Amino acid sequence: MTSQTQTLLQVSALCLKKDRPILENIHFSLNRGEMLVVLGPSGSGKSTLLRCLNRLESATTGTVCLEGRCTEDISARELRRHIGLVFQEPELLPGTVFENLGTGPKLIGETLEENEGLALLESVGLDPAFKNKRSETLSVGEKQRLALAQVLANQPRVLLLDEPTSALDPLSTETVESAILKVQKDNNIGMILVTHDMDQARRMNSATLVLVDGKIAAYGTLDTILQSGATHLIKRFFSKQDKNS
Amino acid sequence: MQNESLLLAYILVMIAMAISWKNRLEIEKDILGASVRATLQLIAVGFVLEWILTIDRMLYLVLILVVMTAVAGWVSGNRGRPLPYSHAIAWFSIAFGSFATFGVLWYAGVIQSEARFAIPLGGMIIGNSMKAASLAMNRLLAETEHRRRQIETLLALGASPKQAMEQTVRQAAKAALIPTIDTLKTVGLVHLPGIMTGYIVAGGSPLTAVKYQLAIMYMLTGASAMTCLATVLLAYRGCFNKSEQLILDRSF
Repeated sequence: MTSQTQTLLQVSALCLKKDRPILENIHFSLNRGEMLVVLGPSGSGKSTLLRCLNRLESATTGTVCLEGRCTEDISARELRRHIGLVFQEPELLPGTVFENLGTGPKLIGETLEENEGLALLESVGLDPAFKNKRSETLSVGEKQRLALAQVLANQPRVLLLDEPTSALDPLSTETVESAILKVQKDNNIGMILVTHDMDQARRMNSATLVLVDGKIAAYGTLDTILQSGATHLIKRFFSKQDKNS
Repeated sequence: MQNESLLLAYILVMIAMAISWKNRLEIEKDILGASVRATLQLIAVGFVLEWILTIDRMLYLVLILVVMTAVAGWVSGNRGRPLPYSHAIAWFSIAFGSFATFGVLWYAGVIQSEARFAIPLGGMIIGNSMKAASLAMNRLLAETEHRRRQIETLLALGASPKQAMEQTVRQAAKAALIPTIDTLKTVGLVHLPGIMTGYIVAGGSPLTAVKYQLAIMYMLTGASAMTCLATVLLAYRGCFNKSEQLILDRSF
């Protein structure tokens, strides 16, 4: 059992209701250096969960604590720097790779030093020679890795990854996954990776939370989940995945 | 003018409505409503204009200009309806752009405080400001929707709403001012202003006519630009809630 001081992120009874319930009673904890994979079908609330954690949306009820501090007491801007979000489709600003890397620091009046920028590029497996390349000329996989480095420039404590490889070919997927695992190892930060791809969840080899219709359907290692008496919905989701793969 | 000539002119409006209907542009109802409304309004104003132009009390003049601003604010606010407080923003921006311009020109002696000068010129200023406010709101909404991902990416990186909306606000303001700037660019080449032409035809000095026309062009440009900037700078804040989340409904 992890003590409270070691817990990086603690989510308790998180609910989001719009015209219908989107998230219901979500709870989990994440420690430094750990990854949590959130697995579920489209429309299950995975991306919304990340948006709530980054406060692009507000949960209706429930609490989120970062390093023991309730996020309600942290301003949105500060929280978003601490809990960084990488979107499914990277949206870079017009300009060079280096200018994009420096976006986060620039927002608070700081300048990203060249050596820091080059280190960030290397950390996500991008060639440092790319620094003066226009962001528009990058491939989707390169853009995704640049978006990852852009968020890392804020030195977040938790990194949220919203289906970062869903638009990529298998080779680019492999490169981005390697970059994610390298970032996790090098930075010792907490990560939450959202995916609908069970193979990817397997490759990440981490604690997995299965989300179906906005509810936690299972939580544990993927092998345990598959071996345990999974509910009807999970079984249906996993069997579809197996047929597709 | 014969009534038949007026009917023939209206046929052009009907052709525009037919083209819209045929191509499913869904603007025929807007054109019909606006043209009927314009006809009724002009008939009504025609009866009272003679009386209005003889008003010599400053208070009544100001009241009439305030009513004109209120109507312009209402029409323009409807354009920005998905934005919170769109009517208040439109009214304030139009009042700010129009009355600042009107005040400067009145102080400079370009506009005299007689109703026959103040009302038509005030109408021109408020009308142009209204167009600028409507376009600014319309463009702001469209640009925000178009750039939603970019805005949210910046917010997620820790940007303030002002930082996240910088490019959106700039593009909306630029787009809203295109008609004003293009008119200014082509004046005398494409667009031959009525006041200047009328003054010269009536035997006035071309130089004086040009001076008057330039004053009017500057006045309209100034009013439009001030209104447009006030509109976008006030309205973008309405796209966010207290938690600095983009709340603009996607379905507008």
